Amino acid sequence: MRHGDNRSGLSLSNVVIRLGSDTLIDLSAHVSSGDVLTVMGPSGSGKSTLLSFIGGFLDPVFETAGEVTIDGVDLLALPPEARRAGILFQDPLLFPHMSVGANIAFAIPADVKDRRARRHIAACILAEMDLAGFEKRDPATLSGGQKARVALARVLVSRPRLLLLDEPFSKLDTELRAQMRSLVFAKVRDADLPVILVTHDEADAKAAGGVVHRIGPGGQPHA
Amino acid sequence: MARLAGSAVVVTLALLVLPITFGLLGTLLPAFGYLPALGGHSFGLDAFASLFAAPGLIDATILSFMTGLVTTALSLTATLLFIAGFAGTPTMSRLQHLLSPLLAVPHAAAAFGLAFLIAPSGYLVRLAAPILGIARPPDILIPHDPMGLAMIAGLVLKETPFLFLVTLAALPQIDLVPARRLAASFGYGRIAGFTYLLWPALYRQIRFAVYAVIAYSTSVVDVALILGPNLPGTLATRLVQWMSDPDLTFRFMASAGAVVQLAVTLAALVVWYALERCCAALLRLSRDRGCRFARDAALRQFSAVVIGILGSTVFAGLILLAVWSVAGLWQFPDLLPRDFTIRSWTRALPRMIDPLVTTLVTGFFSTLTAILLTVGCLERENQTGRTGGERSLFILYLPLIVPQITFVFGLQLLFIGSGSQHRYAALVLVHLVFVLPYVFLSLADPWRALDRRYEIIATALGRSRLIVLFTIRLPMLIRPILTASAVGFGVSVGQYLPTLLIGEGRLQTITTEAVALASGNNRRVIGVYALLQTLLPLIAFSLAAFLPALLHRNRRDMRV
Repeated sequence: MRHGDNRSGLSLSNVVIRLGSDTLIDLSAHVSSGDVLTVMGPSGSGKSTLLSFIGGFLDPVFETAGEVTIDGVDLLALPPEARRAGILFQDPLLFPHMSVGANIAFAIPADVKDRRARRHIAACILAEMDLAGFEKRDPATLSGGQKARVALARVLVSRPRLLLLDEPFSKLDTELRAQMRSLVFAKVRDADLPVILVTHDEADAKAAGGVVHRIGPGGQPHA
Repeated sequence: MARLAGSAVVVTLALLVLPITFGLLGTLLPAFGYLPALGGHSFGLDAFASLFAAPGLIDATILSFMTGLVTTALSLTATLLFIAGFAGTPTMSRLQHLLSPLLAVPHAAAAFGLAFLIAPSGYLVRLAAPILGIARPPDILIPHDPMGLAMIAGLVLKETPFLFLVTLAALPQIDLVPARRLAASFGYGRIAGFTYLLWPALYRQIRFAVYAVIAYSTSVVDVALILGPNLPGTLATRLVQWMSDPDLTFRFMASAGAVVQLAVTLAALVVWYALERCCAALLRLSRDRGCRFARDAALRQFSAVVIGILGSTVFAGLILLAVWSVAGLWQFPDLLPRDFTIRSWTRALPRMIDPLVTTLVTGFFSTLTAILLTVGCLERENQTGRTGGERSLFILYLPLIVPQITFVFGLQLLFIGSGSQHRYAALVLVHLVFVLPYVFLSLADPWRALDRRYEIIATALGRSRLIVLFTIRLPMLIRPILTASAVGFGVSVGQYLPTLLIGEGRLQTITTEAVALASGNNRRVIGVYALLQTLLPLIAFSLAAFLPALLHRNRRDMRV
């Protein structure tokens, strides 16, 4: 992928992340809207640093180089809060001091000002996740699967430009994992977003169905 | 936002360093004769000459020096033995609940409570009276004994819980359980195993707190006035007399005395440092010879009993204060007053309003400022990913390690010299110097422990730093923030010397009023003031516990 890529979707060109003399990430790729790029590697291989780099949360101890553009816009020039890069972690991380509805409302973009419209958006997305009427609930009282769905609803409702998935299924039990996988991938295809998935689970990569980039022992990186 | 947080760091550093620097200067210059406002224009050693001519100065100096070392050694030993014997056990958590509230009890109140217990007509003698056939209070000089033992006891009562809680806070950073198992598998006693394997690392983390205890107990004034020897008093109490003498020429002598006080505290710190070295060498020797001290059950139980006695002494003292404050006629050796009355309270109340308002206002504003600055500093640390490390921890402890009396007196002289009329603001500012370290130390750990991914998610959802701070981080940390506020408020309420010196008798707080009663012997009035002095921080801590529970009553994960 070369400079000034104007294709729609997410472009990573010559993205390099180093810690001291170790090269953790060395990657060029294009992810079209609706596609998933899977980055596979064992734990501790530094694969999550790629997501932190794109999202704008990388610890300054890492050295970085390269360009990231989304639909031709230089993402790295924007502050983290303006990048609109939605993130899902392995924990749902619902804000514990807010109700389920408030968690969703927090994510609804500020340009939707009308309170009724905001409430309507929250109700719709919850209904879509089979969580209709959950607005007033305390997140702590939800089951693991319900929490994961609220987290997904929260990130989708924020109208992200791209999605970063950081081992989002690894803490779920086997049955729930399969359900969440198909739900997440179905939703991101509907939303037509470019997605980067970081995982150490082959089944995740298979379900994602896109290009797989391997790092650490047995795969890349190479200079 | 970043600039705001950055300036909070600058202001905080300035607040910790500048008052000490200028205060010490303001003390040093008059000590060597320079204080234009009082007609001192030339440098010389006259002040020291008249200081050393003062009777009993050497005794007072030795007393201060020894009090500091003995108090610190006793408090630290009690803490070490107990934590070494019981860290990670149910006994520990039980006694932890007993000791934690003790930190909120002001020094003066704890000292008065102890005095009510051990005085010749105090409760312990009353309890023993029927058995030993005592009809009149025995004629012994307790408290105020010339050796300062009562004063040391009073200080140990308060410094042990402090060191205990500081050590507890450092405990999660060491690998307690594996080290305990390892030591046990080699046949070491619990205390020996803990001391060999964990104590050196633990001590390194708490040593600034230990130095603060040394500095505090070599230069304490309020506890010394209540429990310490009177003639001669400790060096610090003599200094306060000179500092508040209507004859202003005494200020030069007081300044010279403050320099000596600084030297005494410094000497105590140096001697302590040498002791540290000796103990470390002894510890290594004993460790390398493989001394296992396997039979330490008796010592462990002894340490638990000591901690238990310390805790119950303070509580018993507080109860005595409460009973005396509502006592009618209470003759020796009766165990209870003949009747109860609220007359002491109704009489004291009208005179307490002004000091109470000053206490509340000063406590509120110094705490609020401390919280704002601490939040700014920690947010800055959050953004840059850099903690200040060892050096910033030292700066944080600086106001607690440099004896109050040596630099607050200089600040008083500067304040007088400046002709400023903003006495209230000056009082808040001086309190802030001492409130800030405690608030910071209390809030820093929970702040750093919060999962950063919450903020990452919120930012990724398109919210600015400021909004994330106010909608995510601060609400999630509401409990530790309120606890830190209660700690800060308690510290402000307890300040005696800075209030006395900067208030100059025109601003009184409950604490200065309570300590002023020490020379009289009206137990009922003392009970009223000391109890109120305890109640204020206690109310703050109750609010800190109750408000988050109310606020988040429907949020299970926000409960502790």
